[in-house]
Amino acid sequence: MNADALKGGFANAPVGAAHGFRAAMNAMARPGKIEVVAGAVPPAPMSAAAGVLLLTLCDPETPVYLAGAHDCEAVRQWIAFHVGAPLIRPERAVFALGTWDALAPLDQFAIGTAEYPDRSATVIVEQLELVAEGAVLRGPGIKDTARLGLPDVSVFQRNAMMFPLGLDFFFTAKDRLVALPRTTKVEAG
Amino acid sequence: MLDLSAKSPENAAEMSEYNFAYLDEQTKRMIRRAILKGLAIPGYQVPFASREMPMPYGWGTGGVQVSAATLTPEDTLKVIDQGADDTTNAVSIRKFFEKTAGVATTEETSDASLIQTRHRIPETELSEDQILVYQVPIPEPLRFLEPSEVETRKMHSLEEYGLMHVKLYEDIAKHGAIATAYAYPVKVEGRYVMDPSPIPKFDNPKMEMAAIQLFGAGREQRIYALPPYTKVVSLDFDDYPFEASKADHACDMCGAEESYLDEVIMDDAGNRMFVCSDTDYCAGRRAAGHVGAQAVADREIGQ
Repeated sequence: MNADALKGGFANAPVGAAHGFRAAMNAMARPGKIEVVAGAVPPAPMSAAAGVLLLTLCDPETPVYLAGAHDCEAVRQWIAFHVGAPLIRPERAVFALGTWDALAPLDQFAIGTAEYPDRSATVIVEQLELVAEGAVLRGPGIKDTARLGLPDVSVFQRNAMMFPLGLDFFFTAKDRLVALPRTTKVEAG
Repeated sequence: MLDLSAKSPENAAEMSEYNFAYLDEQTKRMIRRAILKGLAIPGYQVPFASREMPMPYGWGTGGVQVSAATLTPEDTLKVIDQGADDTTNAVSIRKFFEKTAGVATTEETSDASLIQTRHRIPETELSEDQILVYQVPIPEPLRFLEPSEVETRKMHSLEEYGLMHVKLYEDIAKHGAIATAYAYPVKVEGRYVMDPSPIPKFDNPKMEMAAIQLFGAGREQRIYALPPYTKVVSLDFDDYPFEASKADHACDMCGAEESYLDEVIMDDAGNRMFVCSDTDYCAGRRAAGHVGAQAVADREIGQ
């Protein structure tokens, strides 16, 4: 194993994860609100924010799917050491990580069942940057409207129509993250 | 592990034998995942693997686990039981987190970043920076109508809530009005019928708030959540609309007319008084010079 895989976890796991979760919860509760996180230094191409999400939310009970360039030896080893999550094919993944293009098609991920809509994948989309302008967001967690630059609009409109089933998204770039749960109604800005 | 021994002496009472906020990290991750799915599906009860806590079921083990998974060392915690900061349940939970998480605590609603509550929403309006954690005894609103979990889960999936309306209708048929006064069922975002925990129905309209609301039921192993500004509608009928009722009285201590009141029996002769159930709200008003009927009477006796 590459010695670099042993680095880049939380210096103080309970406190790092508590701060990471607060940011993730605020993001999920307020779609479109960009949060800044710290504490994880994962190998490229994974962003620091995606690293914080994995360290905070994933463990041996949560199979993770790595898409495209993220499915590399350095990332696999880092996850094996710091997270311990099994890597798995997309249909069985609880979390999926990759760029928008690499994650497609999104209908390969679990959207939950009518009786257990929570048994759905959380998709972490790596981006170069997050911008608070573009598509118009409405729904729970948003007072009037919020704005967020999205890689596509129709995909999220279809996702919202499946409610209460559907996927929940985090978008990550460098040390910043933002969320888009299935409840958010998206319109082209 | 968090090195608590390096901390300043004012945290000397803190227990270093435990992980931060008592629960182990894997348990917290499991609870955190449930909270996120709860926020993504407002009103839906997410199953979680509730742990044994060092307090009995019915003492807020669900709320405590949600708080433990949500607290950061910088938080200021407030705990209320029926609106009061000084009752046994509130005091013991506050002490629990003072010892195991080393967080600051307060009795003032506006100073708290995380408020754990049993059966009340504070009178003071909550802000965007606050989190409200409810202790929930029975999370399933349909449970007393349909004892089978298999059936109630099916009813939620099919959005089959007719039984709940029949129950409210029977209230009207028997009592002439909807007699349900607490744990009054609500519909969230036009989809899931949810139990707001046994808060008085007076508090129901406050649930459309700026703060994040998290609900934990320890014995029943369920977590659910409301993101800020989520649409929460109390079930009713066109001809019998929902009414947020309270005792028709002013607080005898602080004179407040808009707050939820507790009725206190004063003696064997049937004398009674009404006081704000929210102790922080009442104390704040009295400190600001507001005086209620009983306080005026006491003052006259004193003179």
